[in-house]
Amino acid sequence: PLRPGLGVTGASHTVNTLRKSHDLLLLTLTKLTNCFLFSPRQEIMKWNGWGYSDSKFLFNKKGQAEFTGKRYRLSGMTLPSLQDWFENTFGASVKHKSPATVILNASVVPPPRLNEAFVENLKATGIPFSNEAEDRLFRAHGHCLHEIFALREGKKFERVPDMVVWPNCHNDVVKIVELACKHNVCLIPYGGGTSVTSALECPPEETRCIVSLDTSQMNRILWLDENNLVAHVEAGIIGQDLERLLNESGYCTGHEPDSMEFSSLGGWVATRASGMKKNVYGNIEDLVIHIKAVTPRGVIEKSCQGPRTSTGPDIHHFILGSEGTLGVVTEVTMKIRPIPEYQKYGSVVFPNFEAGVACLREVAKQRCAPASIRLMDNTQFHFGHALKPQVSSIFTHFLEGLKKFYITKLKGFDPHQLVVATLLFEGDHERVLQHEKEVYDIAATFGGLAAGEDNGQRGYLLTFVIAYLRDLGMDYCVVAESFETSVPWDRVLDLCQNVKERIIRECKERGVQFQPLTSCRVTQTYDSGACIYFYFAFNYRGLADPVHTYEQVEHAAREEILANGGSLSHHHGVGKLRKEWMKDSISNVGVGMLKSVKEYVDPGNIFGNRNLL
Amino acid sequence: MASKTLYSQRDPMLKRDGFEDILEERRNSSDLKYALRCYAPVLYKGVTPCKANMLKNIVLQSDQLHYVINQVSQESGEAPDIIQEEASVILEEMAHRLQISTVRFFAFALSKAFKTLFQHVCVNEEGIQRLQQAIQEHPVVLLPSHRSYMDFLLMSYILYTYDLALPVIAAGMDFMGMKFVGEMLRMSGAFFIRRSFGGDKLYWAVFSEYVKTMLRNGFAPIEFFLEGTRSRTCKSLTPKLGLLNIVIEPFFKGEVFDVNLVPVSISYERILEESLYARELLGVPKPKESTSGLLKARRILSEDYGSIHVYFGQPVSVRSLAQGKVNRSTYNLFPRHIPRKPMEETQSFVNDTAYRIVRLQEDNMVLKPWVLMASLLLQNLEGLELSVLTEQTVWLRGLALSYAAFLDWPDHAPTAKVVSSSLALHRGLACVSGGRVSLVVGEPLGPVTPEEALFNRAVSVLSCASYRNQVLHVFLRPAMLAVAMHTAASSKKSEWPGLYNCFSFLWDMFSNDFILCPGDIVQDFEEACYLLVKTGAVQMPQQDIVMTDIGQPTLSFFNGLLEPFLQGYQVVCRYLCEEASEGLTEKQYIPAVRSFAVKLILAGNLRCYEVLSSDMQKNALAALLRMDAVRKVKVADQVTLIVNKMAVNSIDDILGGKLPTQKALLARL
Repeated sequence: PLRPGLGVTGASHTVNTLRKSHDLLLLTLTKLTNCFLFSPRQEIMKWNGWGYSDSKFLFNKKGQAEFTGKRYRLSGMTLPSLQDWFENTFGASVKHKSPATVILNASVVPPPRLNEAFVENLKATGIPFSNEAEDRLFRAHGHCLHEIFALREGKKFERVPDMVVWPNCHNDVVKIVELACKHNVCLIPYGGGTSVTSALECPPEETRCIVSLDTSQMNRILWLDENNLVAHVEAGIIGQDLERLLNESGYCTGHEPDSMEFSSLGGWVATRASGMKKNVYGNIEDLVIHIKAVTPRGVIEKSCQGPRTSTGPDIHHFILGSEGTLGVVTEVTMKIRPIPEYQKYGSVVFPNFEAGVACLREVAKQRCAPASIRLMDNTQFHFGHALKPQVSSIFTHFLEGLKKFYITKLKGFDPHQLVVATLLFEGDHERVLQHEKEVYDIAATFGGLAAGEDNGQRGYLLTFVIAYLRDLGMDYCVVAESFETSVPWDRVLDLCQNVKERIIRECKERGVQFQPLTSCRVTQTYDSGACIYFYFAFNYRGLADPVHTYEQVEHAAREEILANGGSLSHHHGVGKLRKEWMKDSISNVGVGMLKSVKEYVDPGNIFGNRNLL
Repeated sequence: MASKTLYSQRDPMLKRDGFEDILEERRNSSDLKYALRCYAPVLYKGVTPCKANMLKNIVLQSDQLHYVINQVSQESGEAPDIIQEEASVILEEMAHRLQISTVRFFAFALSKAFKTLFQHVCVNEEGIQRLQQAIQEHPVVLLPSHRSYMDFLLMSYILYTYDLALPVIAAGMDFMGMKFVGEMLRMSGAFFIRRSFGGDKLYWAVFSEYVKTMLRNGFAPIEFFLEGTRSRTCKSLTPKLGLLNIVIEPFFKGEVFDVNLVPVSISYERILEESLYARELLGVPKPKESTSGLLKARRILSEDYGSIHVYFGQPVSVRSLAQGKVNRSTYNLFPRHIPRKPMEETQSFVNDTAYRIVRLQEDNMVLKPWVLMASLLLQNLEGLELSVLTEQTVWLRGLALSYAAFLDWPDHAPTAKVVSSSLALHRGLACVSGGRVSLVVGEPLGPVTPEEALFNRAVSVLSCASYRNQVLHVFLRPAMLAVAMHTAASSKKSEWPGLYNCFSFLWDMFSNDFILCPGDIVQDFEEACYLLVKTGAVQMPQQDIVMTDIGQPTLSFFNGLLEPFLQGYQVVCRYLCEEASEGLTEKQYIPAVRSFAVKLILAGNLRCYEVLSSDMQKNALAALLRMDAVRKVKVADQVTLIVNKMAVNSIDDILGGKLPTQKALLARL
C-alpha cells in the first residue's frame, strides 16, 4: 500500500512521506526486513540493466528501434536508422537474440552470514536494515560489463553484502561505524551504484559479515548560504535531485557527470568525479569546500570554510578518491552558482579528427572553452546519427539533405573522415553570443563549419542513453563498455589511434569473429591535456566466454593507454578493476603513503571493499 | 640441458620459401614496355605519397628541429634564423628527390645490365607478398645485407618489378663524389648521410627528424644497411645502431603503433667486387667512387656472375619484440620533441634487435656448392684431387644440410657436374690441372719479388675465403665447440664446465668477427652441443662431451675451419708482445701487423695468409681492447695503443691451446 507513485525525475519527492511512516514501520515489522520502503529507487530501476525499468531500447515488430517510457527526449520515438547501423556495424542481426533472465532468482544469492551481536546492537539504534536477497544483490554490483552480464545470465554471485543498512543522517553513520568496529563487521558504502570499476564488488575472500551502507536516505540540503554561495548537503543525494532542489532556489552546482541521474554526491567525492561543465564550474575537487566523513578512527572534518588554506597537505585529498576504503562521506559543503540566464548548444564539423583535436587544443590554449566542448570521432558521429528520430515533416527532411550536400559536396568533407565537436555555452545572453562567435572563429581556422544546435544537443543525448543502448546490444549478442583516460595534448592523436588499433588487433587474436566498434571522443579539455573517452563493443557470437575475452581486450587497451602516456583514470576511478597498475602509476612510495593512511584511519579494515590498494 | 627446446624455437624460422626468377620475364618481353608500365603501389594505410618538398617543409617546421635549433643558437650565439638556414642546407644536401622517371630509367638500364651479368635474379615471392601486406599495415624498414654496390639498386629494381612502394635509402655521402650518378641515385630514392657527424647536434637532429618523418607518416619504406658498410669479407658485419635507434624510437614514443623490420638477404653467387675487396683488405686503398671509375668497371659486364638470390624475410614486429623488454611508459615524463639519449633498457633492446636481424639475414642467405668447395680448398692450400674434392663436397653438403644451411644445390644434377660447373664459374679462383684442383695465383708480368708473389697468393686466398665465410654462420657454434674440445683434449679435460669456459672464451674473443648476439652465450653453447649430438659427432654421457668414432671428420673439419682465425689472432698477439714499440699508434697498427706477418710467412714460420687481412687485424684489436688487454690512449692528435703484455701473452697461449681458460681468465683479473 505504501508503494509510491513516482514522478518522472526520480525519487526524492516521496522521501519525506516515507520518513514519516518510518518509526511506525519499525514497530510493526518484526522480520529483519523492511527495506524497499527505504529505497524507492530500487523499485523503479532495472535490477539487471541500466536505469529506469520503464526506459529501454527495443526493436519492434516492424523492425524499427524505439525507446520506451516518457523520461527522455527520445522516449516514445522510433529511430528508423538504428537497426541498419546496428546490424552493419556489428555484423549482428535482430534474429540472433540473447535475452536476459527476466525474473531475479533468489538462489543466485548466497545466504547471508550475519553477525548476530551486530544485528542486535543495530536493532537497538532503530536504523533500518534488511537482509532480503533482492536488496543485497542490488547493492552487490556496479555497472561493469561482467557484472551486468552475470545478472542477465542469472549467474550465481559468489559474494554479496550480507545485509543493507539505511542510515538517515550523519549520526546514524557514526553509530553504524562504531558498531561495525566493535563487532568487526565489514562496511561497504553504497551511493548511486553507478561504479564501473568493480568498486562495489564484495571481495570473495571476505569472511566477516559484509554490510552495505546505503546512503540514499541522507539526501537533504541542510542549508544554503547565498552570501558565500555554498550549500551544505547530505552526501547521499543523487545528482539530479540536488540540481533540481537547488534550481528551486535559483541555484545550481553545475556539476553534471554523465551519470548524474543516478550517482550520488558522496560517490563523486569518493571517486574524484568530473562533470561535463567543469570548464565553468570545475571538477568535484574544485567544487568542494568542506567534507565531513566518518572513519573507524572518528569523524574527519576541517575547522573553517576558508576558500583556500595553507595548512599542510589538504586532508580533503585523502578522502577525494578514497573509493570507500577509509570511511563514509556524510556531509559536503559545496559551491553553488546562480542558474545561468541562457544556455545554448552548438556544433562544429571538421574534415577530420586531427583538425578537430587541433581546434580543441587551440581553444584550451586561449582558455575560452565553453561550459562543455567535446569532439566525437567519425564512428561516434555516425552512431549519433543512427539515433535520429523519425523526421515528421518533408521540410526538415529536405533541410537535412541540404546540410549534408553542403558539407560533403560543396565543402568536400569525406563522410568517412569528418568529425563533429559538440558545444554547450552558458551565461548571460550577450556573453554567450560573444563567446560562441569567438569559438566558431577559432574553429574556422581549423576548417571547422558550424553545424547547428540540434547536432550539438544530439551529441549530449548520446551520453545519457549510451548505457541503455548497451542493454539493447546485450539483447543481441553485442557486449560493450566504455573507458577513459587523460593525456597531454601532444599525445592525444597517437593515443587514440594506438588504442583503437590495439583493440582491433587483440580482438582478432582472441578470436572475435566480427570487426569491433572502437570509438573515442575528447570529452574534456585542460590547459595541458585532455580527457579521452572510448567506446568499445563487439559481436560475441562464436565466442565461448565473451566476458573473459572482453576483459582481456580491455586489459590490453589499458596497457596501451599507459604506454602512450595516458593516466590510469580521469574520473572513473581505480576500484578493483585497475588496482594492478597503481604501483606503476603512483610509485611504490606513493602506494606506501596511501597504505599508511589506511593503516592509521582503518587499522581493522572495516571499510574492506579492497579498492585502490 | 634445454638445448633441444631452445634450438627448435629457431627451427620454424628456417622454413623457407621457394624462388622465382624475375629475369625470365625480362628475357621474354620488352624492357622498354616494362620500364614504362603503369606503376601504382599500395601505400601505408592508403596515405597519399608526399612530395619531396613537402617532406622537407614538415621536417624544417617540426618541434623537434626547432628545439635543437634554439639550443644550438643559444650555445653558439648565432641567430636562430641562421641556424635554421644551416638546417635547411643540411637537409638539401641530404634529402632524396625520388622521381618515377629516374626509376623507370633504372628499370630499363638495369634490366639490360642484369641480363648480361647474371643468369638469374631469384626472389622469394611469398616474401614479397608478406612485404606488401606489411607495407599497408605498418611503417616498414627494409634491412638488406650489404655485400655489393649493387644491393640498393637491386632492391629498388625488385620492388619496382613487384609494384611495391619504392624505398628511400640511406646512403653514405661518398656516393656524392660521383657527380652525375649521385644525383641519379638521389632521384631514385637515395638520401645521403655523412659518414661521421658525432658531435654535430644540428646535423643529427635534421637527419633523425627526416627519417622519422618519413617513417611516422608511412610515406615510403625506409631502407638502410644495418652493417653500415659493404662487407668486404662476405661475413656479416656487427650491426651499427644509429639508424636502427632512429627508426625504432617512434614506436617507443607511441607515434606509431608498430614498426616492421624486414630482413632481406641478398646472396651473390659471384660478387662483382670479389678481387677488389681482397686487394682492399690487403691494404690497397679502395678506389674512390667516381663516375669514370664506374665506367672502367664496364669490363665487368663481359663476365658471368652466376645468379643472385634475394630473400625477403618474415617482417619482424618491433612491438612484439619489445613486449616485456622495454617499458614504453618511461617515455611519458619527457617531452617527445626533445632529443634524449636512449635509456639503457632501450639501448640493449636495440642492440639485441640489431643482432637478431643480422642473424635472420644470415639464416636466409643462399649458399652455392662453391661455398662448400672453397671451405675445403682453403683447408688444403696445396690442392686436392678432383675426385677427393668431389667426394668431400658431397660429404660437406650432407653436413651443411643437417645444420639447416640454405643450400642451393641443383636438383637432379650429378655431383661431378655440379662441381665442374662451379669450378668453371669460379675459374678465376681455382683451376684443375692434372686431376688436381688448386687455387689460381694470378701471375703478374715481369720479374716477381717474394713479397709480390706472397701478395698475389694472398689475393687468391682472401678471395676464396670470402666464399668460405658465407658458410661460417652455419657451422660457427659447433665449430667453436669443436675447437674447445680440441683444446681440452690436449689438457685432458672434457667435462663440460671446462669446455664451456673454453667455448665462452672463444665466443667472447670472436664476437667482432662473427655475429654472436650479446647475452646468447649459453644458448649458443647449448645449440652447439645439440647440433653436434644431432649429427652424431659427439655423445654427451652425463657431464662429458665425447667425440664419437664417426665424429672425427666433422670435428677436424670444424677445427680446420676456424684455424685461420685462431692463427691470425695469435699472430696479432705475438706482434703486440714481441714487436710492438712503446708508442704504437692506432694508425701504425695495421701496416705494422701486416709486415710482421709478411716476415713470418716469408721466413716459412707461418702458413696463414688470412692474417694479412685488415679486417681480421681490426677485429682482433677490437677483441683485445674489449678484454682490456690493450688500451687506447689519446695523446695530442694521436691515438696510442698501450699493450698489457702479460694479458696479451696469456690470450695467445689460450688460443694456441697451451693454457686452460680458467687460469687465463683469472690472470686477466
